[in-house]
Amino acid sequence: MSDIADRVKKIVVEHLGVEADKVTTESSFIDDLGADSLDTVELVMAFEEEFGVEIPDDAAEKILTVKDAIGFIEANAAA
Amino acid sequence: MFDLTGMTALVTGASGGLGSAIARGLAAQGARVALSGTRVAPLEALAAELPGSVVLACDLSDAAAVDALVGRAVEALGSLDILVNNAGVTRDNLAMRMKDEEWDTVIRVNLEAAFRLARAALRPMMKARHGRIISVTSVVGVTGNPGQVNYAASKAGLIGMSKALAQEVASRNVTVNCVAPGFITSPMTDVLPEAQKEALTTRIPAGRLGEGADIAAAVVYLASREAAYVTGQTLHVNGGMAMI
Repeated sequence: MSDIADRVKKIVVEHLGVEADKVTTESSFIDDLGADSLDTVELVMAFEEEFGVEIPDDAAEKILTVKDAIGFIEANAAA
Repeated sequence: MFDLTGMTALVTGASGGLGSAIARGLAAQGARVALSGTRVAPLEALAAELPGSVVLACDLSDAAAVDALVGRAVEALGSLDILVNNAGVTRDNLAMRMKDEEWDTVIRVNLEAAFRLARAALRPMMKARHGRIISVTSVVGVTGNPGQVNYAASKAGLIGMSKALAQEVASRNVTVNCVAPGFITSPMTDVLPEAQKEALTTRIPAGRLGEGADIAAAVVYLASREAAYVTGQTLHVNGGMAMI
């Protein structure tokens, strides 16, 4: 598993207060992990902070699962 | 009740009459306060009286400076629990005579800066799962006042903004409220002619202008843990001159 995936999952676990083993790459923030719309905004902001990327609103709307987040960050993060 | 020990606050317009009273009120309950304003000398004099307070000079008509202010407060205080949008300016004129810049200045300082500060303050508050955003609006934001289309619009804007924001963040224990002073003894009302002040007083059932401390008490209440279930509200503190 990549370093980015680990860091993304760590943020999700910490932020949503869910068990680490519940968070898989396929997990949907809202449907599987009980996030509300405000949680998803906060997650996006946490990803921006952690990875030093800017996630525009139209891209943020498409980040619905852990995999989506990892994909965006892998494609856009500098390091 | 209303103990703010361990809490941190940012008060804009803290060099003014109302702002300094609010900062004193918060500090008296134990909060450490970042005092923001444009006039550094009175801010430093106030800071000398209030243990743990810091001075953060900021021009609220400068958007970049406003965007940086919350970060500076968090850096100086270590956290930010309470934001008090108190700063306000007037550029009174009858609407037909009002210049674009009179309108723009008042909206920019009174309303836009408050939004920018609230937006920035939400980050640490959402993370902390606790926060208080309190905007000082005005009775004229609800009743209107001739000669103040810009000021009344900016103050009404604060009320609408606070209601929308309150709904967005209530689930995170962040409350967003307004305090609406009536006529308060301050440099802003000191310039009114004596005859006008007397005429005003006859419209106030309490029979006097308000004091800064009257407003500070309302801000302290809304900032307190005890007010956790109060959000999206406007607390009118006006001696009964308007009952809304």
